[in-house]
Amino acid sequence: MSSTSQRKAQHLQADILIIGAGPAGIAALLPLLEAGRRVIWVEQSAQAGGQIWRAGLPAHWRAQVEAALSHPSLQCCFGHAVIDAHIEATDQAVSLRLYQPAHPNRVPVQVQAPQLLLATGGRERFLPFPGWTLPGITGAGGLQALVKQGWPIEGQRVVLAGSGPLLLAAADTVRQAGGQILLIAEQASRASLLRFAAGLPATKAAQAAGLAWRLRGIPYRSGTWVQSASGDGRLQSIQLSTGRATWALDCDALGLGFGLLPNTELAQMLGCQLTDDGAIAVDAGMATNLPGVFAAGECTGIGGVDKSVVEGSLAAQSMLGRAGASRSRRGALKFADLLQRRFSSRPEVLKLADISTTICRCEDVSLGQLKAHSDWREAKLQTRCGMGACQGRICGPICESLLGWPAQQNRGLRTPLQAAPLHLLAED
Amino acid sequence: MSLSQPEFQVFINGRALQVPAHCNVAASLQRAGLSHSRRSETGQPRAAFCGMGQCQECRVRIDGHDHRLACMTLVVDGMQIETQT
Ligand code: FES
Repeated sequence: MSSTSQRKAQHLQADILIIGAGPAGIAALLPLLEAGRRVIWVEQSAQAGGQIWRAGLPAHWRAQVEAALSHPSLQCCFGHAVIDAHIEATDQAVSLRLYQPAHPNRVPVQVQAPQLLLATGGRERFLPFPGWTLPGITGAGGLQALVKQGWPIEGQRVVLAGSGPLLLAAADTVRQAGGQILLIAEQASRASLLRFAAGLPATKAAQAAGLAWRLRGIPYRSGTWVQSASGDGRLQSIQLSTGRATWALDCDALGLGFGLLPNTELAQMLGCQLTDDGAIAVDAGMATNLPGVFAAGECTGIGGVDKSVVEGSLAAQSMLGRAGASRSRRGALKFADLLQRRFSSRPEVLKLADISTTICRCEDVSLGQLKAHSDWREAKLQTRCGMGACQGRICGPICESLLGWPAQQNRGLRTPLQAAPLHLLAED
Repeated sequence: MSLSQPEFQVFINGRALQVPAHCNVAASLQRAGLSHSRRSETGQPRAAFCGMGQCQECRVRIDGHDHRLACMTLVVDGMQIETQT
């Protein structure tokens, strides 16, 4: 494709690139600006906060972030998605190509810096069952996000199902927006939940108690999961199970979530090593295996907002060449470990999909079609699983859980990382 | 919802709809009573699923541009949105 002057990318340079404006990105930004570094801050949403603070920053961060936003050393690229990434062969600088999904006609932006912080956050883990692609079924956190942006939920009958504390947070949002929560179905056993509660540090226990109080009166069942969903063109009914009993429940919306997964696409494209759990591998100072590239927050392992904040400031210290205190990180990692153990998926929910259940939503590939193959590579070639618009973001982790294929290593990401008009990738 | 809250007019498959200014496109489709935004490869109805720019199920045509993510796009006054019916 020939490049035209109109298409020429805008070039920006700084000392540091930060990708992500959630808690980890925010916690890293402030000390870096204070130390006089020139920073380019990239975020796909229009404002800072990430998924967790989508409705607004907590008071004590708000003033600091507002001040930072007008700092002369900061260039903000909010509303920009990264579509391509590489490390320059000459000087090892990180170079990323950005575009604005809301303004696909604007010229792409090429940003470059010797140091990069990946604060790319996490996304929900999904486990499929017959009927899970019906409209009306969303992620639990997804439903929360949609409701906050005007998704009409008032008067709707809503079920939240899956595992983990996010189900409660989502229920709270839905209820406040006028939705009628019929049930929260938590697949973890009651015994596991009690051990989780007992292991919580005091501040977290207080938060949990507050939430439980707000949600009082809402039916909550542990050891319960959605087995299938049905409806004519959209969700009408679900079948629930405890293993011993099954029953049907009519509803209008179902929010699903089986915990979170780290977002590692950009890291993988650059060549960062991942851990066995599919998170970005980092050392005690949040450095990845690539020189100048750091990572912090959910993308280095799911652990909640406290872990993200601690890791963000730790990464900033390392990027400034200072030793950070990693003691508070150890506390945050303990909570991450507790989450992982107490909400791990029971074997039954990994067996809900039958051979005709869709696994790859982009290309409509069923579990039966995938089972005919031995690994990702072969399945991709033969079925196009993971080759569609989402590039395996949803089906990759599912294949890992259901078929044991190490998805993270072999997905073979392509540019653009987000669906974008091809002309934006033309060479300058 | 207070009466003073600003509203935008958007066009969904040619039909005008008033929506609060903080809405994203995915929410506007639901407000218009559309249960799905696209058809899958085999023709199944699909709608916003992840709500955060990952699954690509919410893709629609906006102001003449295909493959825009409804969940990541805020409405603006006069926006033209087209779904796969
Ligand atoms: S709902 Fe998943 S990308 Fe929009």
